[in-house]
Amino acid sequence: MNVQDLNSFRMGPDEQGLFGIYGGRFVAETLMPNILELGGAYASAKKDPAFQDELAFLNKHYTGRPSPLYFAERLSEHLGGAKIYFKRDELNHTGSHKINNCLGQILLAKKMGKTRIIAETGAGQHGVAAATVAARFGYPCVVYMGAKDVGRQSPNVFRMKLLGAEIVSVTAGAGTLKDAMNEALRDWVANVEDTYYLIGTAAGPHPYPELVRDFQSVIGKEAREQIVEAEGRLPDMIVAAVGGGSNAIGLFHPFLDDKDVQIVGVEAGGKGLEGDEHCASLTAGRPGVLHGNRTYLLQDAEGQIEEGASISAGLDYPGIGPEHSWLRDTGRVDYVPIMDDEALEAFQLLCRLEGIIPALEPSHALAEVIKRAPGMDKDQIIIMNLCGRGDKDVFTVGEALGVEM
Amino acid sequence: MTTRMTNRFARLADENRPAFVTYFMGGDPDFETSLAIMKGLPGAGADIIELGMPFSDPMADGPTIQAGGLRALGGGQTLARTFDMVRAFREDDDETPIVVMGYYNPIYQYGATRFLDEAKSVGIDGMIIVDLPPEMDEELCIPAVERGLNFIRLATPTTDEKRLPKVLTNTSGFVYYVSINGITGTAAPDPKLVEESVRHIKGKTDLPICVGFGVRNAEQAAAIGRAADGVVVGTAIVQAVADSLNDGAATASTVTNTLALVHDIAEGVRSARQ
Repeated sequence: MNVQDLNSFRMGPDEQGLFGIYGGRFVAETLMPNILELGGAYASAKKDPAFQDELAFLNKHYTGRPSPLYFAERLSEHLGGAKIYFKRDELNHTGSHKINNCLGQILLAKKMGKTRIIAETGAGQHGVAAATVAARFGYPCVVYMGAKDVGRQSPNVFRMKLLGAEIVSVTAGAGTLKDAMNEALRDWVANVEDTYYLIGTAAGPHPYPELVRDFQSVIGKEAREQIVEAEGRLPDMIVAAVGGGSNAIGLFHPFLDDKDVQIVGVEAGGKGLEGDEHCASLTAGRPGVLHGNRTYLLQDAEGQIEEGASISAGLDYPGIGPEHSWLRDTGRVDYVPIMDDEALEAFQLLCRLEGIIPALEPSHALAEVIKRAPGMDKDQIIIMNLCGRGDKDVFTVGEALGVEM
Repeated sequence: MTTRMTNRFARLADENRPAFVTYFMGGDPDFETSLAIMKGLPGAGADIIELGMPFSDPMADGPTIQAGGLRALGGGQTLARTFDMVRAFREDDDETPIVVMGYYNPIYQYGATRFLDEAKSVGIDGMIIVDLPPEMDEELCIPAVERGLNFIRLATPTTDEKRLPKVLTNTSGFVYYVSINGITGTAAPDPKLVEESVRHIKGKTDLPICVGFGVRNAEQAAAIGRAADGVVVGTAIVQAVADSLNDGAATASTVTNTLALVHDIAEGVRSARQ
């Protein structure tokens, strides 16, 4: 598909679950009936006012939506360019945007009559949100988490346990998000009748990329209304961090057809793109098939998947949601890498200037804002998705800065 | 059209015995050892060979086959080496059908048509690609069938009445019935349920039905072989390789121990209808 052929960037995916060549349903036959059932359940939920009302009610009264759109006055002054607004999804219940998707999916699980929830998690933000909705709706919940992430995200591990979830530490591979997702898929294949797989990002087999995007699009819809209310117009630029890409697609999707809004996705550059310690699949990977979808992947010449590496566990994934791959190829969204040290500096700057401790994931987005804002006019507007709070990261940051705690 | 596959099933029908389908991981733990195992399989009683192609993220496999795949990758196995292995095997044996089994990404990176053309030319008869369901047939299945290669599909306990015709479309060679919901090498199948399922699928297709996932010994193989046209054993063979290794490397007993297990299970398969 060429950009000039498109009337809209918001029509995908097609019936096969494809965004251009990306997406699809690359799964074992055992899972196909479930995937098809989920597709049917989601299609009917989209048209069901009772489902949408229940989700809107929970978003408002349980999560605390709408999240504020906050003008970061001191940061804007400090950078001396564009006006910077934060979409404050870090103020949500559970501390990140992940709850938006989990509430939508737990209602789908209920509608489908499933009795057990499984999830994968990297930083633990999705695991916490999944454990939270499982507790709220009375389901047993098993969370698969890479052993390395269990080590570096111990506060979230304990939160999940408090919420009643069982944590399975995955030692296969490098023990990060990719390996956790493999194990979750193996669990699902073995327990396909009663189990709902609550995927945390806008990736996986169709219809997950679509439904996760739709549940997260509440972010962009609110931001659109809020900026018009605050400034009387749309922003010049929107920026979000991309790991699997759920917070980014949630912010981006409602703006895709506003051609005057520049859109920037920020990948984890880790220690630099020249080595293999990064997670910049769109900048340094190539298309392949993993975890049910075709998308940009970090892989070797033989098609074996490589491990990502980032200071941020939430961005540490060798793939990316398929819609981002398509948005990259069409040129609608610019994807750029930010290195670990740049994210760490941005993290500290925000703490001091705005009194907000951000998660390391949106710290990557912030580092890109810090680069771009000074070159923009004072009447221009940037919205950045501040998608998670940094309480979970203080130990990682302390260690990186050489501070003893 | 007669092929190695149809000839083999015709001969087995004449002898009134089920096929013994053996899965092993190509390149585990190294190319030479693995080739020696492959060359010994027909003599040990294998009727059809499934040649595993390693992948870093085998989402439908249990720990035993995952570990075998990682050993093979560590030993330098690639798609090109898989083709070398088949070429070397075909120097001595032009009758035993060879089915390659793996995941799509390494093939996609190699180039689907390049993979199929080379597979055909080295003497591969068919393929099982775990993460290509019928919905993705344009990717590899249809070009494979056009080249006369069998695209063998998995049917599972979740494959219901509505789904089965879809699974049987564009498939050839045989139907691989996965006896349990789950990954390879976990729960043991219930022979009675398997028999019912096999009978049901047989009502919808003329293709032979081979049953696998969870069959580990001669006794189970005999029980499954009563109803099925073939019995697939994989994890037990990969485990036999693993058990013979010393610090991950092949030993003097790797080939002999593995083939002894194959021989033992083959006896079970051959006794199924006696």
